[in-house]
Parts: sequence; structure tokens; C-alpha cells
Amino acid sequence: MTEIGEGYPRFSPVGEDALLVTIGEELSAEVNHQVRLIDRRMQEVPQTGIIEWLPAYASILVLYDPFQVQLPAVTNWVKTCSRGTATVDEPAPELVEILVRYGGADGPDLADVAAYHGLSQAEVVSKHTEGVYQVGMMGFLPGFPYLLGLNPGLSTPRLDQPRTHVPAGSVGIAGMQTGVYPLESPGGWRLIGRTDHALFDPLQEPHFTLSPGDVVRFVPAAEGVQP
Amino acid sequence: MTLLVEQASLSMSIQDAGRFGYQRFGMPASGPMDWWAFRAANRLVGNHPDAACVEMGYSEAELSVEQHSLMAVTGAGYELLINGRSLPLWMSFTVRPGDRLRLRKTSGGNWVYLAIAGEVQSTTWMGSRSMFPAAGLGRRLSEGDRIPLSASAGERAAFAGHQVPNKQLPDYADSVTLRVVSGPQQERFTPSSIVKFWETTYTLSTQSDRMGYRLQGSPIAHTNGADLVSQGMVLGQIQVPGDGQPIVMMPDHPTTGGYTWIGTVAKVDLPLLAQLSPGSGKVSFSPCELGEAQSAWAEVINQIDSATQAEEDLWLNL
Repeated sequence: MTEIGEGYPRFSPVGEDALLVTIGEELSAEVNHQVRLIDRRMQEVPQTGIIEWLPAYASILVLYDPFQVQLPAVTNWVKTCSRGTATVDEPAPELVEILVRYGGADGPDLADVAAYHGLSQAEVVSKHTEGVYQVGMMGFLPGFPYLLGLNPGLSTPRLDQPRTHVPAGSVGIAGMQTGVYPLESPGGWRLIGRTDHALFDPLQEPHFTLSPGDVVRFVPAAEGVQP
Repeated sequence: MTLLVEQASLSMSIQDAGRFGYQRFGMPASGPMDWWAFRAANRLVGNHPDAACVEMGYSEAELSVEQHSLMAVTGAGYELLINGRSLPLWMSFTVRPGDRLRLRKTSGGNWVYLAIAGEVQSTTWMGSRSMFPAAGLGRRLSEGDRIPLSASAGERAAFAGHQVPNKQLPDYADSVTLRVVSGPQQERFTPSSIVKFWETTYTLSTQSDRMGYRLQGSPIAHTNGADLVSQGMVLGQIQVPGDGQPIVMMPDHPTTGGYTWIGTVAKVDLPLLAQLSPGSGKVSFSPCELGEAQSAWAEVINQIDSATQAEEDLWLNL
């Protein structure tokens, strides 16, 4: 278990009603782990006047109502929640398995990703399904998980020209990240497969299948390229 | 009973104060583009200040009334005509079945809010009536849509004729100076670029929408690239991507972003930005301390609420 780096957390007001808490400057599993621990403590110890907060890779953005609580009180609350997190017992994260059809029309960039790394398509699928991923943060679209834990041998840059339409359920790679598009949208990630697993439902609870900190595994569907 | 959309404006949606609690899952908050006009519209008809209104922008709209109701239209860039007769904005009025409301687009602004006593009774998704078409939470209102109203929309008819005094309206203009609270990443921009940021007059790009307002002017140079580890973003935050042209986050902005940011537009001045005309509106920035921005915001809220004080007890008693 690691401690928060020296000089962190850093507290910076963002406009009149938000506080940015920076836990670290790089995208690392250790820093992200600290974010999750502080997030959990914040949930356990409520503070009046807090509207909501957004845990990201290496920071937490706290939105507060300045007519109910002042910035110093918000800062103190987060400071208290950041102290001693290294000794907190972390509950086992939720494990979510996502069935993916790799390649073909469902994963139009699988062949390019394979060629980029000098691998066969089956080897890319094998490396992708062997991984155990953690939801490092959510954003971009409702329910979009940024997953940490990609095999460095699959790290592939984004497309030079983003697609105007990426179908819902598309599984993609961008640099050292992998993720799933919950909705149809424009996007520049390399698409290697597609799932029918719903990540977002505005009509039914729970509205989101995944939460920051959850663990995800991808399982190859019979219809696609096999590992 | 409903309000029938006879002609929809280019951007026409139901908006309440916003959808909070789901931003950690990537769900934008949404809400009104011009919170000042939105709050005043609600207060004028005795609604809770966060109640759902019809937001219209960019082009004209027409609605026909199917129910006796107390209403108010606030904002800028539109003329209100009821059965062809002009009526001032920022004033409550009553309408009867068969009346036609026309919002005729003029210059000098971009968004109006139609508040109806008892609040618009449209679908609620995840605790909010705000539409967010990009994620399937409703779609833009269009011709033939019926906006459901409260059965009690006509009960407060006695409150018609309340008006926000002219001297208490926002200083909408084609060229505005916005107060900005600086961000913590000043060292990510060259010192001369920061000076330029405060001195430049930017033009609002036509590529501006409910997600973000893009500005065009002399580019801001980064010291070490534009990217940072993605972090949460707020309304009014000024991002500076690689091309150095600032983008101000508007209510439908993505919850997280990976570009450096230079500061945050003061809440009190956001309506002035929202109402600028894309393609011609001019923006410049002036630095402001956090405390000053908070006090100015509180002052305007008090001002809106006192200007519409006659209705104060109404929404409390709903």
C-alpha cells in the first residue's frame, strides 16, 4: 500500500463553487488507488453543502454550494479524508465480465492494431482478454469507463481522423487506455470489438453498470476472432 | 393540458437547474445557458427558482396555448408577440386557450426562457427534466410536440404584470468583458501568453453550442504542451487545447477533460457570454478574486429574488 506523494494532495479552487484536489500528476495505478481510497472516505463521512464530486485518474473535483459551506471547510473535509488512507482496508472491488465480439465489422481496427504491433489478430485478442482492468475514471460520455491495465504491447495511438459515428458497445484502445463506448458518438479510439453489454440506461436503476474502481474482464464471444 | 410547439427554434429544449449526482459516471449536468434569465423567469411566475422552463435559442419559435396559464419570458435576442401583439420580456402575463406565442428572433442575444406557473410537467430522467439528446434523454423539441403543463398553471393569474425593473437586467451586449478567476496551471502557459489572454478581444466562433463556446483570437502558447491527465471540469472553465484557442465550458460540457485550463468565468458574467451571437460576439477577460466573484454572484441572486419578491411565498407553499 502506497502513501500519497510528498506535497500532495494539492488544493486549487476552480471558480466560485468547486475545489480541485490533485493527488498526483501522472496516470499511475498507485495514484488512482489513492483517489479511490479518498473517494470512499468522502462517501463515509458526509459534509453539508457538497453537491457531488468527480474522482478522476489522479484528482477529485468537489462541487459545493458556497451559500451553504465555505471553501476552507470543504478543504478541511477532504484533508481529513486524505489522512491515513494507507491503512484503510479496501473492500474487494466489483468484478464485471463483458462479452466482446472481436474483429470483423464489430472491430474494424483489429487488423491495424495487430499490424502495428506485428501480432496476429488472435494474439491481440488473447492479450486483451488476459488483462484485468480497473475503471480509473468515467467521463467523455455517460457511462464511458477509462480502463487501466492494458498490456503495454497493445498500446496504440488514436486514429489521426476520428470517426464521426462509433456504434454503441464498441471496445477501443487509445494509448495505454482501453474502454467501451456506451452510446453512439464520434470518437478516435481504435475499435477492436463490440459488446451488447449495456453500460448506461437513463430509464432504469442502476443507470450505470460500472463505477470508478470496478474491475473489468473482457470475455471473447463465439461470434468473433478467438484468442 | 399542454403547450403545442407550432414552430421549433434550432435549439429548443426543456431545462431545469440541472442533473446533479451523476457527473462521476460521466453524465453532464446540463441546465440553462443563461441562469440569470432562467431564475428570473421562474420567480416571475411563482415557481421554485430551479423549476423546468422551455429554453429556445438561435432562431424563432411559435407555440399555441391550450390552457389558461401564467407565464413569463426572459432572456435576450427575441421579441415576444402574443397573437401578433408585442409584449415586453422579463414580465409575467396570462394566456388563454387559442392564444399564440411567437418568439421572433432579433439581434442582441441568443436565448430566451419560457416559464409557466406550476412548472413544465415533462419527463424526469435521473432526477432532472433537463433534456440531453446526446445520451437519449429526450430530443430537441420540434414541431407538433406537446409540452405538458400543470393543471394549476392558471391559478396564479393575479400575479400577472410583475416585471423585473430595467436597471436590474443583466448588461447584455455584443461586446462583453467577463471576470475570470485564475486557475492553478499558470506555469503551463508562457508569461507573455497570459498577458495576451487578458489583453485580447476574442470573437465567439460559430462552432459554439450548449457544450462549449469556442473563442478565436491570438493563440495562447503552452510551455509544455496542452495535455494533462484528464480531470473533472466545471461550467465556465476556460480550456486551452493545443491550437491555443480558448473554449469555455457550457452546461452540456463533458464532465472530464484533458487540456490545460487558464481560469473560470465568474458565474455572474456567464449569462453575458451565453447571450453573445456566434460569429460576431466579442469577449475580453479581466482578472477577479474568488471572494469577489462569490459576492457578486450572491448579490445578483438576491437582486433577482427581491425584484420578484411578490411571488416569494408562492413556491415555498407549493
